[in-house]
Amino acid sequence: MKKEQSMFKFIFTFPVLVYTFILILLPLLYILFLSFCKSDSYGGIIYTFTLSNYLNIFDITYIKMFIKSSLIAILATFICILISYPFALVLRTKSKHIQNLCTKLIMVPFLTNSLIRTYGWIILLRKNGIINTALINSGIIYTPLSLMYNRIGIIIGMVYTLLPFMLLPVCSSVLEIDNNIIEAAKDLGASKIQVFKNIILPQTLSGVFNGSLMVFMPAIGYFFITDILGGGKIMIIGNLIKNQFLTARNWPFGSAIAIFLIIITIILIKIYKRLGGKMDDLGGF
Amino acid sequence: MKNNFFKNLLLILVFIFLFLPIIVLIIYSFNSSQMNILFEGFTLKWYKELFNNTDLIESFINTFLVAISSTAISTIIGTISAYGLYKYDFPFKKIINGLIYIPIVIPEIVLGISLLSVYTLMKLELSLMTIILSHIAFSIPFVIVSVRTTLTKETITYEEAARDLGASNYRVFKDIVLPTIMPGVISGATLAFTLSLDDVVISYFTAGPGSNTLPLYIYSMIKTGITPDVNALTSIILIITFIILLSLVIIQSRKIRKEAI
Repeated sequence: MKKEQSMFKFIFTFPVLVYTFILILLPLLYILFLSFCKSDSYGGIIYTFTLSNYLNIFDITYIKMFIKSSLIAILATFICILISYPFALVLRTKSKHIQNLCTKLIMVPFLTNSLIRTYGWIILLRKNGIINTALINSGIIYTPLSLMYNRIGIIIGMVYTLLPFMLLPVCSSVLEIDNNIIEAAKDLGASKIQVFKNIILPQTLSGVFNGSLMVFMPAIGYFFITDILGGGKIMIIGNLIKNQFLTARNWPFGSAIAIFLIIITIILIKIYKRLGGKMDDLGGF
Repeated sequence: MKNNFFKNLLLILVFIFLFLPIIVLIIYSFNSSQMNILFEGFTLKWYKELFNNTDLIESFINTFLVAISSTAISTIIGTISAYGLYKYDFPFKKIINGLIYIPIVIPEIVLGISLLSVYTLMKLELSLMTIILSHIAFSIPFVIVSVRTTLTKETITYEEAARDLGASNYRVFKDIVLPTIMPGVISGATLAFTLSLDDVVISYFTAGPGSNTLPLYIYSMIKTGITPDVNALTSIILIITFIILLSLVIIQSRKIRKEAI
């Protein structure tokens, strides 16, 4: 009996041990190690300790790029909040069936690959694309608008690809609010604005931050959106890491930037937890 | 009444935005023009042509092979792990409970390059296997989290009752634990499958020569222009997956209705 017990425990705990150590911890420790190594001009790694990769990050050209990349990501996050919040508040007024259907529908676009969907945006946004053709034919504009191969295209692509990651946690936090509390507040004479400010906002803050985290972090890394909708002219941090690993083949420098991103993630997670967010709610799936 | 109209309009607009590029791709799959620029006339030839494009078909099969196998493996490991983490105390449990969230929160590119580095370190040749392994790596935490939400104090109470009545560990897991966590297992598996189909970044770094999946195939074609047979394939994928998801929603709504009664 005792033997069976420990055997059972082994089956249920050993896989997760192996998984976390080999597929999470080892890769991260290895790039941490690489980030302190030197690279030779042929893409090889020289195992001598250096801090130069981290010092390189503070080069003015990279700093400028980091700021631009963060601004794009912040703007995309902000637009996602502006769309998701009213959406969730409207969804609250609907029946349980519709709520269930809508939250499922949000995930459907994921079933076609995000690269394919980004390609769909090219058909819509380019100079002779659907949007420009429609606007010109209806006489609203005479010359086509530049909707892609610039920052506008990137923002549209980012907002589009990452919106579900904001919609889901925001909806689940808004839908969770107890209707009785809102009714009680109304009975006590609270205005719509007071209800929003004192009940809805504080209870959904961690959901909004959760969504922001899930939008902001990928948005500084999604190199394929800048490649496709930005026309390769604008670089974000994701493009820089990709280039260091695949083109320039300077893995130590690429690793240092990746470690830098991990540090930012950890800081944001700390803030999220302080706001009362639970780790299991991340993503809101 | 008017207020209601605007509310519904908002919901509809958001969904139009979410589905717009997909609808466009589907419409253009019936376009007789070779270029995806103007709609010239209706045709079904791209659906026929699709089956002659062996590269595209191969990448389609690979994509589903990766999605199905990584979903199966990560669902099993994730479910086992969620229960193990919930029930037992073991060395490094605290560290594991923290590390589990890393694949969910760090940018995919960081996971992609760190897995690539480790595969190189281990001299693993990049292939379809490394893509599957990488998808397993990022799916397991999602499964653990969604199974964990269905493990409650009640589960433990029932378990103890069953054990007092003489049930074996195996029977307890099969007859008590598994049925209670099943909704979590299913939603974890759906999530793993969806994320695998959607992934671009991790596949991009962990694929080797000859292991083409759909996103990689399309990435290589995007500069030269994509032929409408890709659109045709997209429509087929969407219809298949949509039917699967719709049936899940219907099953779930029925359950809600039953619970309401």
